[in-house]
Amino acid sequence: MTRMFALVDCNAFFVSCERVFQPHLEKKPVIVLSSNDGCAISRSNEAKALGIFMGAPLCKIKDIVIKHNVYTFSPNFSLYADMSARVMETLKVFSQQLEVYSIDEAFLDLSSIPRHELMAYGSHIKKVIKKWTGIPVSVGIGPTKTLAKVANHLAKKHPTGCYTLITPEKTATILKDFPLQDVWGVGAQWSKKLSSLGMSSALDLAQKDTRWVGKAFNVILSRTALELRGVSCLNLEELISPKKSMISSRSFGTPIYSFEDLREAVSYHVSSLAQKLRQQGSKTSLITVSLRTNPFDRKGSFYSNTLLVPLSFPVSDTSVLIKAAASALEILFREGLSYKKVGVTVLNLSPETQRPSFLFNEMNFETSPKRESLLKAVDQLNDKHGKGSLIFASEGLIKSWKSKSSWKSPSFTQNWSQLMRVG
Amino acid sequence: MVSSFKPRKRKPGAGRKPNSVPTQAIRLPAPLVHHLLDLKKRGELESFYPGKMGKIFAGTAGVSLRIPLFESRVQAGFPSPGDDYSEGTLDLNDYLIPHKATTFFVRVTGESMTGAGIFPGDMLIVDRSLNPSDGKVVIAVLNGEMTVKRLKNNKDSLLLCSENDRYPDIKVTPEDEFSTWGVVTNVIHSLS
Repeated sequence: MTRMFALVDCNAFFVSCERVFQPHLEKKPVIVLSSNDGCAISRSNEAKALGIFMGAPLCKIKDIVIKHNVYTFSPNFSLYADMSARVMETLKVFSQQLEVYSIDEAFLDLSSIPRHELMAYGSHIKKVIKKWTGIPVSVGIGPTKTLAKVANHLAKKHPTGCYTLITPEKTATILKDFPLQDVWGVGAQWSKKLSSLGMSSALDLAQKDTRWVGKAFNVILSRTALELRGVSCLNLEELISPKKSMISSRSFGTPIYSFEDLREAVSYHVSSLAQKLRQQGSKTSLITVSLRTNPFDRKGSFYSNTLLVPLSFPVSDTSVLIKAAASALEILFREGLSYKKVGVTVLNLSPETQRPSFLFNEMNFETSPKRESLLKAVDQLNDKHGKGSLIFASEGLIKSWKSKSSWKSPSFTQNWSQLMRVG
Repeated sequence: MVSSFKPRKRKPGAGRKPNSVPTQAIRLPAPLVHHLLDLKKRGELESFYPGKMGKIFAGTAGVSLRIPLFESRVQAGFPSPGDDYSEGTLDLNDYLIPHKATTFFVRVTGESMTGAGIFPGDMLIVDRSLNPSDGKVVIAVLNGEMTVKRLKNNKDSLLLCSENDRYPDIKVTPEDEFSTWGVVTNVIHSLS
């Protein structure tokens, strides 16, 4: 039996989340900015029509924003995460086999739905998600994940918001006009190389001998070619595998000069990473600290540096990691510069249960069960009373380095005092 | 070589005799075992079988059944007599929120629905997955404004009804931008 996949993709997801709780934004130009109010990362159709492109820096589009009264929001990521979870949960009504591909996309296995009902089923999914969560979605359906992606591209432009690529004839006519760089997994680099070899449309790639593609490029692209032909090679990845590395970094609202402020920012990043490590049950044995000044600042000299700190045994203890990161920062820090960004990465993650043994007794206070229960208590308190309720003193209380978020919407679903108001 | 393997026929009546009632294996402190076997031998356990009449004892004075006292430690304090009857605790979420993914909380600011027991400052539980049928209290979006009203859905007209004489009902016209945001299922009204 041939398989059938649907890709459900939320339209302008962050903007749509804002609109659910502020219906007056409907049919108005709306954008959501990246953290620190840098660039437009989500745009309503009305904002796209004004020429605001993806990733446009706010300073460059300021005139359009003022002239056309574009509603501008700082990102409210916890709200978006909550709405995403609601959409995904609702999607489970339609198929138990579901892969959450990103915050606003999911693949569904629809192999059990009769072919002639797929279009109606897709439209039904769209209707129900909109009504139950308030989020508009597009649904693309095809016999492979790659074709479902192609169908989703077309669904975005189709008035019904749903598109199916089921018969080979229809698929071939569509792929003939489908640009290669929009094919899932191809990208700008490969599409350039492919076009230099005389391939311009997705159909060209689909009709190439896959063994040749595998030799000239790699197995991934030959798989893409097969998938375009309707041969399903990629399965749903229903289980989320634990992350292998994690990063926490943020550029500052205003430049920072002092070592103390930098150390506070580093401690903040470390502590949020350590909490995430404990959450997914991992430990790290390699931590890196990186910092840089503003590359666009013409007055000062540019400085950017990264330092890796290997740890003698895997940990997820906040204070051990803060100590390691602070010692790295001491080495990296240069006096008299204005710093724009600092970040922390944890690598070499291993499961908590995997405990290496040591020749010498290194089981000091950091790994004792007492420490573990202390950290557990810290996490539980922060879960119960909100993030940042109980912090390590080295994070600092004022957080003058925190990013700007001047136009953030209320936490409609996270805070009792910020609920949506109705007259 | 191919051996011809013939499964043996099951002889009638072979194997373990079936029990007349369902049985269950239990674990006992060793000293108790022979006492129980003793009771069984004397037929005194029979009376526990459902559907069997208990043995009738003669009321002879001076004969008592000795119940052994055992040296088994109580693991965690005195057992609560209610343990056998525990049915878990009640969670308000189960009661108020059957559809977690589609339920939202909303704060009331106006007085138009006081007759329905909805007062300013109250919190509404709103389920978007329910059908906004005639007579339901809904969150409606009228020309970009959100409002809580009772829906009156007649054949030829759509009314948003207030439940407070000081507020008129609103008739939805075809020119209006109108949609229902969700159905109000409960009001949380604090008395303090």
